[in-house]
Amino acid sequence: MAPYESDDAVGAARDEHPRSGRRKAARYAVPVAVVGVAAATIGLVPALADSGDPDLPKISAQQLIEKIATSDVQQLSGTVKISTDLGLPDLGGLENGLMSGAGRGGSGDGSSADPQAKLTELVSGTHTLRVAADGPDRQKLSLLESGAEYSLIRDGKDVWGYDSKSNEVYHSTGAGSGKDREAEPPATPKDFADQALKSVDDTTSVTVDGTAQVAGRDAYKLLIRPKQSGTTVGAISIAVDAKTGMPLKFTLTPSSGGAAVLDAGFTQVSFARPAASTFAFTPPKGAKVTEGKDAPGAREHAPKHGEDFAGGLAGKDGLKVLGKGWTSVATFDTGAKGGLPTGSQGGDLGGFLGSLGDPVSGKFGKGTVFSTRLVNALITDDGKVYAGTVTKEALVKAADAGK
Amino acid sequence: MSRADVLLAGAGRRPNPLWTLGLLRSELVTTVRRWRTLALLGVLAAVPVLVGIAVKIETRGGGPAGGGGEGPAFISQITNNGLFLVFTALAATLPFFLPMAVGVVAGDAIAGEAGAGTLRYLLVAPAGRTRLLLTKYATVLAFCLLATLVVAVSALLVGALLFPLGELTTISGTRISFAEGLGRALLIALVVAASLVGVAALGLFVSTLTNSGIAAMATTVGLLITVQIVDQIPQLHALQPYLFPHYWLSFADLMRDPVYWDDLVKNLGLQALYAAVFGAAAWARFTAKDINA
Repeated sequence: MAPYESDDAVGAARDEHPRSGRRKAARYAVPVAVVGVAAATIGLVPALADSGDPDLPKISAQQLIEKIATSDVQQLSGTVKISTDLGLPDLGGLENGLMSGAGRGGSGDGSSADPQAKLTELVSGTHTLRVAADGPDRQKLSLLESGAEYSLIRDGKDVWGYDSKSNEVYHSTGAGSGKDREAEPPATPKDFADQALKSVDDTTSVTVDGTAQVAGRDAYKLLIRPKQSGTTVGAISIAVDAKTGMPLKFTLTPSSGGAAVLDAGFTQVSFARPAASTFAFTPPKGAKVTEGKDAPGAREHAPKHGEDFAGGLAGKDGLKVLGKGWTSVATFDTGAKGGLPTGSQGGDLGGFLGSLGDPVSGKFGKGTVFSTRLVNALITDDGKVYAGTVTKEALVKAADAGK
Repeated sequence: MSRADVLLAGAGRRPNPLWTLGLLRSELVTTVRRWRTLALLGVLAAVPVLVGIAVKIETRGGGPAGGGGEGPAFISQITNNGLFLVFTALAATLPFFLPMAVGVVAGDAIAGEAGAGTLRYLLVAPAGRTRLLLTKYATVLAFCLLATLVVAVSALLVGALLFPLGELTTISGTRISFAEGLGRALLIALVVAASLVGVAALGLFVSTLTNSGIAAMATTVGLLITVQIVDQIPQLHALQPYLFPHYWLSFADLMRDPVYWDDLVKNLGLQALYAAVFGAAAWARFTAKDINA
């Protein structure tokens, strides 16, 4: 045997053989097998990891709702994945620009670290959030972005917003403790669950729908279904942690079927006390710091976002609510005669806006319906707005009745 | 059979590990000594210098860098702490400069030897095809690490010269000490180097397909550009999690506090998968092909 005839060289020498073609081809089975194994792993592992629903003692819907209500989780940290699919036309960056522009509202010189500007981004797409809390005085909510992060930190009286992408800091000092929590738009499953449970009344059926595993914890599933017809809300499913009573996952499916409109759930959660350094914040050197207005102002604006989801818009200035329960429709008069500049009147922009909605007419007159998968809004030509989590037909009926 | 023959046969069957190391060392020295490699490393080292000077000039008047969040990740934090220049430079070079340099070295690995007519001699000098391929791949991986460290060290030097150093603020808003920051910078450099493992295997596979070094380099870099473009097309989002550059920028997650591992783990797993698939394909091709150059 010559020294250079290692195993490979032997193989190469045999290649002179007529059968060598098959031997050569056989080697390509190795990369193909690697691809096959990888594909099988990607396909099978999630299925295997889903080790079935946990066995938990039976519980009634009423007991479960009480469990949520009495749940007193003071310390937690975790990761929340939130996906919203309202079926809005995908305008890409334009949409984002409009959203944050709208969120900024009248505050004038908006800092990109302003919580109002930032958290309206949650209205569309999939986002990953991190939450941490230690008692009522210290909370942190971070929005994970590619290569950057937006953090909203509450440490006692101070509320800090830090946008690492632009290195801007927003600071405001809230007077009371705990109350300012309301100033934050809802982002965690608990926030959404609270909103949904507010709307539980005789128009709703609430059942316990088995158990599930969420973020590695055993949970009960609470299913909330509207009894009325004519609403766009199909069902709301809330996974409630069996031990702590804390909502871990919130899913809202539309009555039209398809993917969930809103899906917010913990992917990882721990009820241990987060490190104190999590809530300590000092603005980095060179960061632009914007001092916020007093917190009460912010509080006034904020609940808007949450109540859109829950369908309850009562108690607003100039706002009337028609009907009750899930099919309630909010209406207000913009006062603008001619309503929306549609097609014939509004020129190019009007044509564009008109094309996003469907023209409808009824006893109330004429108008345009703007549809998303959850919320529909009717803007009549005489400037009235009707909006709710109801179907188009129900909206026209409400407008007719309201006339 | 004489005693010497037995010894030689034994040597052929179970090659001395030192000989493999010698092969690797000679490969490393040849690669690093090439003018082409030195030029590539020079370009990579120049990127942080350019970024650092640009940020310094832009912020001379005291204005914030990055124009409100545009530009590569971390660029607006450089003025707070020079260490961030390391992250910015890696974020700026990872999408293109670094993989291009790796593509050039990997594409040249086998095809370049074949093109120069030296591949035969390497195999005759009892290297063995599998061992030669592994040595070549190890050399390319060493170059991945070297290229990344060149960027990181150059950025650290420029950052220390132009900007203040000290305690730094993570992108989550918490503070960490400078020593921990340095540790994270080293970890990030390692992750960035590991992110290039996939493209290195792809380049090595392409390199076994042809006898022209230039063709292999051009194909590898062309594939890289194509995949980067496909990764940007929103309609193809179902495909994107399987593209090797998709999670590249996840190294930034190491600057969160606590570190967010999900995408980092996905990135490393994806790179390992590419290395296994294209490494095996390169092995299948290289051990079965006729070497006539």
